[in-house]
Amino acid sequence: MNPRPSYAIGTGLFILLGFAALAYLATQTTSVANGIASSSTYTLKARFQNIGQLKARAPVKIAGVRIGDVQSIALEPQRMDALVTLSIDKQYNDIPDDSSAAIFTSGLLGDQYVGIEPGGSPTFLKNGDEMVLTQSAMSIENLIGKFLVNGGPKSSGSDSAPASSAAPASGKP
Amino acid sequence: MNANVRRNWFLQGIVSVGDCGLFFVAVLGALPKSLRYWRETCRQVWFVGAMSLVIVMTCGLFVGMVLALQLYYTLSIFGGTAALGTVVALSLFRELGPVITALLVAGRAGTAVTAEIGLMRATDQLDAMSMMAVDPLAYVASPRFLAGVVAMPLLACVFNAMGIFGGHLVGVTWLGLDNGTFWGNMTATVDLRKDILEGLYKSIVFGGVVSLIAVFQGYTAPPTSEGVAYSTTRTVVFSSIVILAFDFVMTTFMT
Repeated sequence: MNPRPSYAIGTGLFILLGFAALAYLATQTTSVANGIASSSTYTLKARFQNIGQLKARAPVKIAGVRIGDVQSIALEPQRMDALVTLSIDKQYNDIPDDSSAAIFTSGLLGDQYVGIEPGGSPTFLKNGDEMVLTQSAMSIENLIGKFLVNGGPKSSGSDSAPASSAAPASGKP
Repeated sequence: MNANVRRNWFLQGIVSVGDCGLFFVAVLGALPKSLRYWRETCRQVWFVGAMSLVIVMTCGLFVGMVLALQLYYTLSIFGGTAALGTVVALSLFRELGPVITALLVAGRAGTAVTAEIGLMRATDQLDAMSMMAVDPLAYVASPRFLAGVVAMPLLACVFNAMGIFGGHLVGVTWLGLDNGTFWGNMTATVDLRKDILEGLYKSIVFGGVVSLIAVFQGYTAPPTSEGVAYSTTRTVVFSSIVILAFDFVMTTFMT
């Protein structure tokens, strides 16, 4: 009944490899991976009237390049607008302080992200600064609502017509 | 069991399910006693797990690669190729990793276990153990069952890791997707508890089911060369059916 070293070594290596794979999956492919890199970031704030479907950990992009992510989203009670905290990678510390932030949608059905349009100011945003110029998420429901109330493309003059009369009319050929 | 029951395949199926359930209880009961034979369990983990690594890693790599290729094509229709990393990771962790690993292990290790125990039965080795006051359930059946339960989730993890590697290889290196988008979208969506751990629970159950069926088929194999051959075939057939059925049921509960 002497233990055979090859079995013992093989079993041990296999179990270690299995747990190494589990640790790799848990730390590299889940949201845990985002938390580790947070030491080399700085935060910016931006207020939006409406953030649409923006969620925490959504990407922040300049010119389409990801430079950070959305850290948290909170409602500012007095002003009744959304305070979005962005955590930006330290290496992108030269964003002009008159840059504007807007919420875009990637693709037609994709997730929403914060896009920053760089300004021309010689001074840069620092940790904790707030971006003044923001543009809310475009809400397709609002656009459709406006379109229906305005009576569609053919009758531009009937702004006062109620939406209920425009809706059945659009069903007729 | 009277001849009437034996002739009716439907009743016989029910009887063998019942036998399998009773056998499961017996194996569980023999688990504490089998801890004395931990070296045997260790050897079975080596056989079921470590010896399956090559096939599991190779298959994981190819499954990840083909997933990335197919999903890239599908996602490009909607202009959503940025979600490739997310979709590859979620389909691997939640579904393909546990299921394909279980099917592979049933084919590679389950058949060997059935044939081994079946031949032990045919050559009266199990009876000889009983004569020597060694409980064959505790020395033969339980270690193999336990080894399946231990090895399967670890193998599924290795499969998943290789699948992610293969998906990254095709998506980023070959198809030219942005590396940051691939990882960023994946890490933003994949949840540790909901996705990775649920896949692990699945593969633990699959490990138990596959090794139970393999051990049971071997234990009840008719002691002829033909009987062992049929039992080995039945291990693969029943394991595959039960894995996919359990997968459906568990997914219904978990999502």
